[in-house]
Amino acid sequence: MQDFIARRVAKELTENAVVNLGIGLPTRVANFVPNGMSVHFQSENGFVGLGPTPDDADIDPNITNAGGQPVTILPGGVFFDSATSFGIIRGGHVDITVLGALQVDEAGNIANYMIPGKLVPGMGGAMDLLSGAKKVIVAMEHTNKGNQKILKQCNLPLTAANAVDLIITEMGVIKVTPQGLQLIEINPEYTTEQVQKATEATLIIDDNLEVMV
Amino acid sequence: MNKCVSIEKAIECINDGASIMFGGFMANGTAENVVDALVAKGVKGLTIICNDSGYIDRGVGKLIAGKQCKRLITSHIGLNRETGRQMNEGELIVELVPQGTLVEQIRAGGYGLGGVLTKTGLGTLVAEGKQTVDVDGKTYLLEKPIRADFAILRGSVVDKAGNIAYKGSTNNFNNIMSSAADTVIVEAETLVEIGELDPNHITTPGIFIDYIVGGENIG
Repeated sequence: MQDFIARRVAKELTENAVVNLGIGLPTRVANFVPNGMSVHFQSENGFVGLGPTPDDADIDPNITNAGGQPVTILPGGVFFDSATSFGIIRGGHVDITVLGALQVDEAGNIANYMIPGKLVPGMGGAMDLLSGAKKVIVAMEHTNKGNQKILKQCNLPLTAANAVDLIITEMGVIKVTPQGLQLIEINPEYTTEQVQKATEATLIIDDNLEVMV
Repeated sequence: MNKCVSIEKAIECINDGASIMFGGFMANGTAENVVDALVAKGVKGLTIICNDSGYIDRGVGKLIAGKQCKRLITSHIGLNRETGRQMNEGELIVELVPQGTLVEQIRAGGYGLGGVLTKTGLGTLVAEGKQTVDVDGKTYLLEKPIRADFAILRGSVVDKAGNIAYKGSTNNFNNIMSSAADTVIVEAETLVEIGELDPNHITTPGIFIDYIVGGENIG
């Protein structure tokens, strides 16, 4: 299911785009870059040109991703300090960011950095990415074991207000519009009624609803 | 002045209650030997400023596991369960700051700026109690400068003047922190003579550095 979502997210990538992928499901998007397309992956700990995970024998302990895992840098890549990294992020030089979420709502608000009293990992670079990236895509499973995550209004502390552009789940693709959440693509394994039932916010079903593949 | 000293000498002035900023990102680029020496010295009541709280057994996480900190200013604590436990038990004050804001606050502290105006955090808990400033019709949060008593850096190649070159992604917060503390210590992975580093390839100017520790040429 995660790969199904990641594959659909990858269709949003564009030639020469600067892209930042969050930890977890979003990281998988890198496996589905369309053939022949050149995309620059940015790693917020300080480089552009993030490459694949190396074999154990080829690990360079000086190069890690934002999750602290060993990675590589591609030819043409560049290392820099965190001020430059977040200048790129906050300054609008990241074209697309893909993040997971605990909750998203009708206004494009997103909560993904803490559950008070329970789980408080912190926002890391997420608040900057959400305020600075040109396009924000939330890639996540539609519900948390049946509990709705796409809400009328988030009730967890927000990571950012009015920030999300597109929500991609295993059930469909939802666009955040001034009128509310618009279902623009649906996984043929589900009906619109099923998608609505899994969503607290009222979905606007697009007249030209397409099949999600 | 000879900046090359033993780790014990470099941390001699770091006492209980000191504020210390550490470079490194999930322990990548953190001065592990200096952290170990501070654990061994047993200083307590520290205020730590670092991108994240590392791991329980790597990076600044070792000082948290040793219950040597009273306050932590950071963007992420998710990979060190001890940080969350101490926070929930009220043993440690954790101030969560967006990563890009944190590095700019440190930069402001070191570069003589009165603060930073950013949109990051507007409409969230981060904005609570903070002043906003309107510039040309856009609203920004005012984030104040951060400085510390000490900054502890890790350099990949350091010359005896304290000039630093970084390898891979180890730079992260190190370069920015070099300007923002009263006393700055760099742990050198490799130490070279003055003149051996190409000035074109140096990132952090040695004038920011007070002490150099570690490195194959230092006893």
